[in-house]
Amino acid sequence: MAPLPRSTVRDALSVAVTVGAYGVAFGAASVAAGFSVLQTCLFSLFTFTGASQFAAVGVVAAGGPAIGAIATAGMLGTRNALYGMQMAPLLRVRGLRRVAAAHVTIDESTGVALSQAPRGVEAMRVGFWVTGIGVFVFWNLFTLLGALGAKALGNPASWGLDAAVPAVFLGLVWPRLENTFLRLVAVASMAFALVVTPWLAAGLPIIATAGVAIVMGWRER
Amino acid sequence: MSSSTTWTVLIATSALCLAIKLFGHYVPERWLANARLQRINALIPIALLSALVVAEGLVTKTHVVIDHRLAGLVVALGALLAKAPFPVVVVGAAVTSALVYHLH
Repeated sequence: MAPLPRSTVRDALSVAVTVGAYGVAFGAASVAAGFSVLQTCLFSLFTFTGASQFAAVGVVAAGGPAIGAIATAGMLGTRNALYGMQMAPLLRVRGLRRVAAAHVTIDESTGVALSQAPRGVEAMRVGFWVTGIGVFVFWNLFTLLGALGAKALGNPASWGLDAAVPAVFLGLVWPRLENTFLRLVAVASMAFALVVTPWLAAGLPIIATAGVAIVMGWRER
Repeated sequence: MSSSTTWTVLIATSALCLAIKLFGHYVPERWLANARLQRINALIPIALLSALVVAEGLVTKTHVVIDHRLAGLVVALGALLAKAPFPVVVVGAAVTSALVYHLH
């Protein structure tokens, strides 16, 4: 076997630690939304896709129905299917390894794998696995810390968690706003969600905003 | 909220998100090659995450509410515009919001 591309491993681990640390925010948000510490940890182990997890507990925290939380999380998770289609021909794994590969197919593992393209296919594979497994380990560890911390600290508003959660969503959407049209989609979505808020049940304006994406993405530009 | 709601959300979300990931690894690429589907799919995260920003930052139940959270969001926006790293954005929002909350 060829020696491990060391710079690839270093890139992957630095992403894993940095991203995994946001697990603190998820653990805290989940407990504040009414999930137990055990449920919060199971969320990170089995859902393991950050934006969807934040969305699910966010809709529950907003008083939305279970179906609204599940649907919003699912729609945010659809991009992982597109990542999987790009990664499967590269990884060429079968059976349980394929299931494991699917479970760690997220923004970061795909991103690092694609960024290693100039270093060759083996570096892309190493980048995918080290990032995916690394984020998994740190994300779950920090989720537990955040959940225990939130339980100890009590009222989320008194230490700013109720503003940290929307700030996380803002931070997640920010790097995606690459051009004027995408920024317009973001602003239109925010405006739409605010306008429909008094008319819909709590939590539903979020999923209703998928309509903005459908309308604005319908025609080629 | 009841613990049956939280368990339902936890189990269904986990099953759905894993199923979506598996789908990507097992279906041929051409199944999702439709251009319109890809355009809409690229916009979905932007729309939902943007809605989540206002739903979590400016809404209480079914009312638009301006409170300490907005101060935190403004600081987060400023930090992002200044290209601050993610932890600075989140902690800055939390600290600002907590300060305004306690001052009122």
